[in-house]
Amino acid sequence: MAKITYIEHNGKSHTVEVKKGLSVMEGAVQNNIPGIDADCGGSMACATCHVYVKEEWFDKINIKSEGEDDMLDQAYEPNKHSRLSCQISVTDDIDGLIVNLPEKQ
Amino acid sequence: MIKTDALIIGAGPTGLFTAHQLKLIGLNCEIVDNLDKIGGQCIELYPDKPIYDIPAIPECTGEELTKNLIDQLKPFNIKFYLNERVEEVKSNNGNWQVKTNKGTEFTTPNIIIAGGVGSFEPRKFAPKECEKFENKSIFYSIKDKSIFKGKTVSIFGGGDSALDWAIELSKSSKINLIHRRDEFRGAQSTVQKVQDLAKEGKINLFTKYQLNDAKGSDGLESIDIIHENKEVKNLKTDYVLGFFGLIMQLGPIAKWGLNLNKKTINVDTEKFETNQKGIYAVGDICNYPGKLKLILSGFHEGALAARACFKLAKPNEQYKFEFTTSSKAIKNRLGVKGD
Repeated sequence: MAKITYIEHNGKSHTVEVKKGLSVMEGAVQNNIPGIDADCGGSMACATCHVYVKEEWFDKINIKSEGEDDMLDQAYEPNKHSRLSCQISVTDDIDGLIVNLPEKQ
Repeated sequence: MIKTDALIIGAGPTGLFTAHQLKLIGLNCEIVDNLDKIGGQCIELYPDKPIYDIPAIPECTGEELTKNLIDQLKPFNIKFYLNERVEEVKSNNGNWQVKTNKGTEFTTPNIIIAGGVGSFEPRKFAPKECEKFENKSIFYSIKDKSIFKGKTVSIFGGGDSALDWAIELSKSSKINLIHRRDEFRGAQSTVQKVQDLAKEGKINLFTKYQLNDAKGSDGLESIDIIHENKEVKNLKTDYVLGFFGLIMQLGPIAKWGLNLNKKTINVDTEKFETNQKGIYAVGDICNYPGKLKLILSGFHEGALAARACFKLAKPNEQYKFEFTTSSKAIKNRLGVKGD
């Protein structure tokens, strides 16, 4: 289990426990957190689970998958802290992770 | 005004197989899709990715699946209205009156929405100022390249569309190519060509920049681009092109009075009918307890929705269940010889 905090663009914050082995995207979808669409269901074929990872966490999570940056090119307002949440694996090490959600997907 | 037994919205795998089911039971149908080609997400998002859970097909790509579904429709004459998006749905005397963005009109007792996660639309620039220049100086696709001759064109994006157009237009326009990182995802040879043209001064390359603002009182005059490190540059430009791929939007469907659940439509599991009589939803876009977003579920849903259409399309006839292995009528429709 890892506690993950998702902060909506309007500032509303949701902290949930996510089982290890899931992705950060699945943690959001299973807990009905608004702001993550995940249209393709986690196959890295769209860019609608885009999140901004808090700077201090960016180097602690697993590195980007091959092709992830290509999909992020198609995201809404990507920046250097952008990730696709379907590609971030939940492990005990990321307990406390904070991600910010973009204005839209 | 085109009269049909059923109108299918969406030419992805579910829409295609639903058409097959309709034709098999003797109904006619027409298919509208916003994309320029048949296949939906399978073709647009993952043509090369293997799929492993289509019954009786151990492995196939999105493109192969689409090709096989089109082949399965060969016995039937089905008209596709591609590049068209259904805009308006109105009730009229027990029929639905449907109009697309190109003005095509249908009248039908049955509409089957097989729209996946909505229609594909180009991803647009984030700054709000861009809206007022859209389709005048800012474009997301090119219809007539001659307007760019002798002008300054700023192209955003890092994929094949952005790179191909940068190369093509550099022959007779001044090109700025702007991308948010310094790697490009286009084909290797295309990336090399762009880099060569940049060295020759035919393309001005700006990497790690994104669009920050579009300026101009009447027409577009210049744009501000912003670097990852927040430094802002102003570029004089006549035109701006954005190639960020396609995103999926529910679009006008949201306005048809259907019972929505986020980006999906609630249906029953007998007919896959929505809260509106004669409007069905199948495939990824429908929602019911236990719904699985699998292609195979879409096939099942389409088969049942097709049977439900029969009653409204032929109110004076009784639908009779038949197998393709034994039914003479079905074999006739398929154009195969009975035994």
